[in-house]
Amino acid sequence: MSSELPRTLKQYRHAVRAHELSAEEYLDETRQLIERGDPQVKAFLHLRLDAARSDAQAADPSSPLAGAPIAVKDNIMMAGERCTCGSRILEHYVAPYSATAVRSLLAAGAVVPGKTNLDEFAMGSSTENSAFFPTHNPTDLTRVPGGSSGGSTAAVAAGFALGAIGSDTGGSVRQPAAFCGVVGFKPTYGLVSRYGLVAFGSSLDCIGPIARSVRDAAIMMNVMAAHDPKDATSVKRPHVDFEAALQPTLAGKRVGIIRELQGLDVQPEIAAAMETARKAAVKSGASIVDVRVPHILSALPAYYIIAPAECSANLGRFDGVRYGLHVDGRDMTETYSRTRNAGFGTEVKRRILIGAFVLSAGYYDAYYKKASSVRQLITDELDAALQSADVLLTPTTPTTAFRLGAVTDALEMYKADVFTIPANLAGVPAISFPAGKDAAGLPIGLQLMGPRWSDAELLSSANVFFTALGGES
Amino acid sequence: MTTTIGLEIHVQLATQTKMFCGCSTAFGDEPNTHVCPVCLGLPGALPTLNAQAVRLATRIATALGCTVHEVSEFSRKNYFYPDLPKSYQITQFDRPIATGGSLPIVTERGARSVRLTRAHIEEDAGKSMHAADITLGGETLVDFNRCGMPLIEIVTEPDMQSGDEAYEFLRNLRRLVRWLGVSSGDMEKGAMRCDVNVSVSPDPAKRGTKVEIKNLNSFRSVKRAIDYEEQRQAQCLTDCTPIMTETRHFDEVQGTTTSMRSKEASNDYRYFPEPDLPLLQLDPTELESVRTQMPELPWEVQSRFERDLGLSPYDAALLTEERSTAEFFQQTIALYDNPKKVASYMGTEVARLLNERGKTLTETQLTPVALAGLLTMVEDNAISNTASKDVLPLLVDTGTTPMEAVRSLGLEQVSDTSALEGFAREVIAENTTQVDQFRNGKEAVLAFLVGQLMKKSKGKANPKLAGDTLRRLLK
Repeated sequence: MSSELPRTLKQYRHAVRAHELSAEEYLDETRQLIERGDPQVKAFLHLRLDAARSDAQAADPSSPLAGAPIAVKDNIMMAGERCTCGSRILEHYVAPYSATAVRSLLAAGAVVPGKTNLDEFAMGSSTENSAFFPTHNPTDLTRVPGGSSGGSTAAVAAGFALGAIGSDTGGSVRQPAAFCGVVGFKPTYGLVSRYGLVAFGSSLDCIGPIARSVRDAAIMMNVMAAHDPKDATSVKRPHVDFEAALQPTLAGKRVGIIRELQGLDVQPEIAAAMETARKAAVKSGASIVDVRVPHILSALPAYYIIAPAECSANLGRFDGVRYGLHVDGRDMTETYSRTRNAGFGTEVKRRILIGAFVLSAGYYDAYYKKASSVRQLITDELDAALQSADVLLTPTTPTTAFRLGAVTDALEMYKADVFTIPANLAGVPAISFPAGKDAAGLPIGLQLMGPRWSDAELLSSANVFFTALGGES
Repeated sequence: MTTTIGLEIHVQLATQTKMFCGCSTAFGDEPNTHVCPVCLGLPGALPTLNAQAVRLATRIATALGCTVHEVSEFSRKNYFYPDLPKSYQITQFDRPIATGGSLPIVTERGARSVRLTRAHIEEDAGKSMHAADITLGGETLVDFNRCGMPLIEIVTEPDMQSGDEAYEFLRNLRRLVRWLGVSSGDMEKGAMRCDVNVSVSPDPAKRGTKVEIKNLNSFRSVKRAIDYEEQRQAQCLTDCTPIMTETRHFDEVQGTTTSMRSKEASNDYRYFPEPDLPLLQLDPTELESVRTQMPELPWEVQSRFERDLGLSPYDAALLTEERSTAEFFQQTIALYDNPKKVASYMGTEVARLLNERGKTLTETQLTPVALAGLLTMVEDNAISNTASKDVLPLLVDTGTTPMEAVRSLGLEQVSDTSALEGFAREVIAENTTQVDQFRNGKEAVLAFLVGQLMKKSKGKANPKLAGDTLRRLLK
């Protein structure tokens, strides 16, 4: 039976509805894969396989997800489960409520096998910043899975789940999806509720699906995209069926190539994959247009001011007073400082300090305010570029997955986000889809960006690229 | 010496639920019973704006003549304190909901207007209870019931010059917020809190060093603290000791202020726009309807009562302390057109009963119709003024009509001619001597005969009608 196990959510749903497979049977198979593989991959921080099996038994086969195992990044609340954010400071924190996205998934028949590993508070691009252990890339265990949603992408790539959700603040869904050879989608800001996602950069954070196919991502979006009165930045939109919107061709579409990104140092196989994708687009009826986003290379520095600024405020609540780690000091101030010093890792501390600095009196205008202006400029430029093109095609990452421990310099690590950050600054949707492998057999990911609220069209375009480059429709 | 005073007043908006979550704003319940992931600042929780709080803020800002901005912005004010669970307060900084405006005050120096700098909306913090307040062996406990309560902070220009003026400003502001239903204005329950900035200068053209005073729990404390601070700073100037820019704490028992912290050591709050909340956009048509539906303001009503109805300043102030009282008064005089009489009756007889019962006018059964009816009966001689004082408690406590109350108390004056004639015939028959004297032209004897009739009627006869009846029968 395991030889015929469905590889995608679509196949799984079909098999369950045709009574060829039950949700429990599939979960048992998944359990075996996890028990065999996860000691090496280390995708999960906590497993709940027994509970998941009961949930699978109770799952309605006619529900949208029909008892499919969907993994949840451990910075997203699921009531009664621990939610550590990959940090010592929340090591024993148990979620008192569920995130809206999790509630939507559960209501649609998803079964959660466990909570996945991440860079501490989603700050990192390799999942090596987890306070507990690094996750390994299932394709090559000596390599990182990317980050910060490395646990979720590794789980999907390794067959530990049919899909997963992650959070994407600067590429944290797309970059690890590229490294692991799966699909990672960052929706338009405001399309999926952030309620219950532990905030990192609130104006940038998006929950997005990680899946084995673009269609699977669309199926998950059908479940998660909804206005949430609990999130004031969630937007009311007309209902869209993302799966039904998938079209077979790119006929009439304009695919934009951003001129300012051409000169960037990109691994040759990735450049070649771009070329292959470009040809596939033309073959599918698209035209290729040259677009300009003059300030796009300022996105990275602007991001590394805005995201830390917001994180410095968002992470202030972890003070040891009400929950989480508490280390006593002689007075209140010392208690705060001891607790936070013991509870946070190096990268988190670095960003809190940068954030507090760029917001402080006398520096605010030069840093935070300036970065906000740059953000607005890039947003306007991207909006303009997306007037002359329907989608923008870029690599997801400059390189394929690097070896664990290979990148130690923080700035070098930040550069891994150069292609993914602009979409977060502008709030536009962006997706990474697998586009072949490099010489070492490591997955390559390419990215498509689209205009705000064009999520369905973007998924449709991505699906054409994905299938043309060998992916499963 | 010139004293310059500015106030920062926090007014709690009278909503059912908190500023950014659905928790109750009820006061005085068990600690930490009105809390949820949002107001506890639990990871992943997000704020959503209470539309009613915005409406109330818009109403008070409009009444104060502020420019209410169609677009304003929330910001995060960052600082660490155990009663601030998110480590930041959601407030407004660069772009407040309202700027400008003023509030009139009347003091010994006459009527004047105190300008306002701005008004912004924000959430309250929790309440820390230190070892001094409770027996906890030195621990500090926090009650988060108050955390997230909706506030509007009103900041004045430094336009006041004495504790009396500050006191009057606060009184008038409290009257206004109650009048508009924007807040209970109850300082004891923390629904209105005030920080004061005071500076004293020997040169009226120059301003002295600004000192902030905190921990002011009543209007009287505000006045006392200012009075003390005025003297302290004046003494410093006389003694040539420097006045520090600092925050001082008012000690209610001693009536003095003591240094809390110097401004140099103050926090850098690292304000930045709150990314969890979109810009606050007010609908221009709604703003316009707030303006057009604004009731006549208390000081406007007060001066109208004085000017148009000839009430004394004292009565006019009393009747405009609460909007319901002013409305009661106006409804009463619409039925019984004697404003001074109504004002004086409300200010004495009604006020005394309310005082005895510890109730406000709206908490009793008394209606304008009943009060007007009662006063009309007195005027029509249906009952005596003295008897009306026995009737009023029934109207206040039971809500019965004056007619029924008079009847149930047996206080109606006998104005029925046949009844009076009966008494008159008896009096004439029993007092032949006096009757003869009257008939012989001794008019004064009539008073005696009326007195006899009153006695027979047990005081209920209408004296004027009694005289008329006797006169008619003796002709």
